[in-house]
Amino acid sequence: MFSYCVDPKTLEGLMWLSCYVTTAKHMSFYSSFLVVMGLLSLAAPLAMAFGFAGATASRSTFRIIRSLGKGYLAMIRGIPDIVFFLFIPIALDQAFEYLRHKILCSDVTEPIRQGNDFVVCAAAKLPLNTASEWVHDIYGFSLALLAFGFVFGAFAGNVLSGAMAAVPKSQIETGEAYGFSQSQIFRRILIPQMWIYALPGLSNLWMILIKATPLLFLLGIEDIVYWAKELGGIKTGVYEYPHPDWRAWYFGVLMIFYLSLTYLSQSVLDKISTRLSQGQATMAGKAG
Amino acid sequence: MKKIILSAFAALFLVGSAFAETVRMGTEGAYPPYNFINDNGEVDGFEKDVGDMLCIRANLDCVWVINEWDSIIPNLVSGNYDTIIAGMSITAERDEVIDFTQDYFPPSPSVYMGMSGADIDVDSAVIAAQTATIQAGYVAESGATLVEFATAEETISAVQNGEADAVLADGDYLASIIAESNGEFANIGEVSIGGGVGMGIRESDTELKAKMNAAISSMKDDGSLNALIKKWFGFEAATF
Repeated sequence: MFSYCVDPKTLEGLMWLSCYVTTAKHMSFYSSFLVVMGLLSLAAPLAMAFGFAGATASRSTFRIIRSLGKGYLAMIRGIPDIVFFLFIPIALDQAFEYLRHKILCSDVTEPIRQGNDFVVCAAAKLPLNTASEWVHDIYGFSLALLAFGFVFGAFAGNVLSGAMAAVPKSQIETGEAYGFSQSQIFRRILIPQMWIYALPGLSNLWMILIKATPLLFLLGIEDIVYWAKELGGIKTGVYEYPHPDWRAWYFGVLMIFYLSLTYLSQSVLDKISTRLSQGQATMAGKAG
Repeated sequence: MKKIILSAFAALFLVGSAFAETVRMGTEGAYPPYNFINDNGEVDGFEKDVGDMLCIRANLDCVWVINEWDSIIPNLVSGNYDTIIAGMSITAERDEVIDFTQDYFPPSPSVYMGMSGADIDVDSAVIAAQTATIQAGYVAESGATLVEFATAEETISAVQNGEADAVLADGDYLASIIAESNGEFANIGEVSIGGGVGMGIRESDTELKAKMNAAISSMKDDGSLNALIKKWFGFEAATF
């Protein structure tokens, strides 16, 4: 990056360090923090959407929808997260490629499963082999995002349906007495009032979501954990900047990052909680 | 909302149909000098040089993909990339799941590396090895206690912090670590296990296998492969 970095072998001390921490590889490390932040900012609303759908479905008066909603919540809560994190991206990827193969390459007669191999025609690959690397990255990231949304959605769904059940029945009855329709009651009374009951559970989930982001590494996405591990390892003379095992330093940086992120989140969540408690008939709300 | 879902679904099935012969080369990127990620964040090493030259000779357009060692075979058979070029020795067990090209790197000894000065009996000590390597298989049958790690890197740390007495890995990988440890580590024994290193290819992908085999033969014939072996492994390295 700096002009004096041309020959790292001749550098020492701070000069060496300044060149070392600005290598292209370190830049990938720094930008992978954005990947984590991106995942968080997309996974949270996605999980809320899944959760809201699940919670609403599990309260539905139609039996089929109700059992679908309850099944979704129960299944994810009952199976280890890691199984879903490994299963969803692979299953989705193969399902998409299978469908594309059937549609785009209907003239190919060879079976898709050949022994151990999962073979779809070149045009059915997702992304295509010819696609540039960032397309592959985005595709992998989206599959991971779906897995996060799906798994955390079930937890959020459970929190939301609990919160909906916690809204005092007299509030609903008052709505009915004023002639509100069921959907009006849902939108104008139940939803606005449930947030304060949902908040502790949701804020807990948010914290867990932050701490679960290193699972990206497990899904083959080059996230901060991958780069910290890769950069921190022993570097021999084949590398331009040889150094001993520095993983402790890199993981230390990750610790600080995660701790500040959770600390920041906590203070924001506390503010939201105070705000939502205003005028509520709860201990924190002082209106009862 | 329905429209968005429909168009997203349509996009999924309409993404370009034109395709050239692009081959995705899967490697680990953590096993210098075979393959590693250099300071520019790019794949580098012996296998990068060999792979690029093979692709030119086979007239293929190659891109490099990093995948952790543990899942490198499953991701090949499920089609995430088309070859494994990651210092993988040709063994009968692996050959049942995938196919190999002819070897592009001759058999070379594996080395036990321990702390200097320690008195270690490699047949009864605690030996670290990378998961799913020929070395891990060898240690498991040698009577020593095997501790496995996901990366070669971690096996070294295990010896350094005393979790294991020694590590068994490819001599070519350990050579520079021993040489640059200022006497901290030492070579405490060698064994010959496994055949040469070949490129892993899906069993159904016979066409690619034939192309790569032809390209490797041509590199062996004109000596360019030997030149690359000498470039990355030193002048004493075994050649073809």
